[in-house]
Amino acid sequence: MTSKTKSKFWDHGRLERNVSLLGIASLIVVAIGGIVEIAPLFWIDNTIEKVDGMRPYTPLELAGRNIYIREGCYNCHSQMIRPFRDETERYGHYSLAAESMYDHPFQWGSKRTGPDLARVGGKYSDEWHVQHLKDPRAVVPESIMPGYAFLAERELKPTDMRKDLTALTDVGVPYSKDDIAKANDDLKAQADPDADAKDLIKRYPKAQARDFDGDPGKMTEMDALVAYLQMLGTLVDVESARPQEVER
Amino acid sequence: MSYDALRHFADSWGLVFMGASYAVLIGWHFRPRDASIAGKPRSPFSRLIMRRPIMADDKRIDAATGTEIKHHEWDGIQELDTPLPRWWLWTFYATILFAIGYVIAYPALPMLHRATVGVLGWSSRGALDKELAAREAQIAPVRQAIADTSIEVLPTRPQLMQAAVEGGRAAFRVHCVQCHGSGAAGSKGYPNLNDDDWLWGGDLPTIEKTITDGVRNPDHAATRQSLMPAFGKDQLLTAAQVDDVVAHVRVISGQDRPGPASQRGAKVFADNCAVCHGPAGKGNSQGWCAEPDGRDLALWW
Repeated sequence: MTSKTKSKFWDHGRLERNVSLLGIASLIVVAIGGIVEIAPLFWIDNTIEKVDGMRPYTPLELAGRNIYIREGCYNCHSQMIRPFRDETERYGHYSLAAESMYDHPFQWGSKRTGPDLARVGGKYSDEWHVQHLKDPRAVVPESIMPGYAFLAERELKPTDMRKDLTALTDVGVPYSKDDIAKANDDLKAQADPDADAKDLIKRYPKAQARDFDGDPGKMTEMDALVAYLQMLGTLVDVESARPQEVER
Repeated sequence: MSYDALRHFADSWGLVFMGASYAVLIGWHFRPRDASIAGKPRSPFSRLIMRRPIMADDKRIDAATGTEIKHHEWDGIQELDTPLPRWWLWTFYATILFAIGYVIAYPALPMLHRATVGVLGWSSRGALDKELAAREAQIAPVRQAIADTSIEVLPTRPQLMQAAVEGGRAAFRVHCVQCHGSGAAGSKGYPNLNDDDWLWGGDLPTIEKTITDGVRNPDHAATRQSLMPAFGKDQLLTAAQVDDVVAHVRVISGQDRPGPASQRGAKVFADNCAVCHGPAGKGNSQGWCAEPDGRDLALWW
């Protein structure tokens, strides 16, 4: 090293040879990116638009969602309709941030080997879903989706849905104490056609309670998964949410 | 600690703590020391903000290239301070100018309640709305014309018919292919729509009604319903009689030869089935299995 280092203050030579200065400068540069791109998401209003109708998942839907994640459905299916004409014409109204607000983790996905599922709820019958999950080629000959026939055989045996709900409460999902206490009963009530689901539907508006897998005798993983699929995208009335999104 | 409280903590004091510890780690180099040990009496602050004077004789020019030689060397190796190519610099400046223009024109800078909206007023959702509205304006007259034309008249107007067929093709791909298949070949439990057999009738008005009201749709009062009684389940016929009718139907649909069972079945058929399906299984004028080619009952096998 020469002792005759006489460069300008803002010269690269100085920055590159002074590790402290380089550290400070790097922090500043990186911080600008963070401050501009990340920090505002916590305070600007339109990060999550306010929409009516969102509610946390019912225990049965949640169990179905857990199966969805367990089976890796997100590897091929996204749950995010982007605001493009081709997507909205095929899948329905584009997704709103609020519709994923109780998803931990969210299932937006980035790969669509199969179609988007953000608004698949109510599009097909339960029978279709069951048949399609058992043998996708039976209804969609060109499908490359694997079959999940075992879901109809396996009894739904979640350890304790109260724990699932409690965990979600810890990360901000507004389940009430009542919801948590009744979680295991709710799970059964939603899939059992003979059970009284009035209380469940009162606490979870728009919840669909019926036998989903065509086998009223037992509660299977198929029940849970179909219940989850049938509620996807059905909670928010997107048309009434529309005006406040577009106004500037 | 609730999630919100945790997040708030991370956003406020967590960031302050991180920044402070980072500053301390870096600042350690500049901790106050005895000038005689440090060798340089300049304070860290002055080193940070002050320029060093540049001597005029500092510049050394490399004879071969004409560019400046930097003031350092490692074992006799020196570095040329080759300036960036002009075109590169100008491109770089141009991108900066573009970015400034972009920030002004488009939504960009986050403010207190929302990001700046930009003078163009563009938004991805607004752009989609415009695109859909333009498309709607384009096709609305055609759609209205199709809606105003009754389905019986539609085929006599080739242009409109073509538009309807194209629109139907798109709608079929969205709503129908999941069960009837992309080639409309159907699958188990979901009828093939390519062949000439129509379970509920195959002329345009009948198909329109089938699509409008659905088939055995519990949510729709006008839906098409199967009227045939459950002869076996409701014990209108014995199991043996059902077998006989099956044999008879296989005969009249040309799939089997007559035998004793089918002869017994012919009588049962005449008594129970012919009132709707016609004496020869060709349907009747009420529209019940009214296909003229007599393959209706065969269709189910």
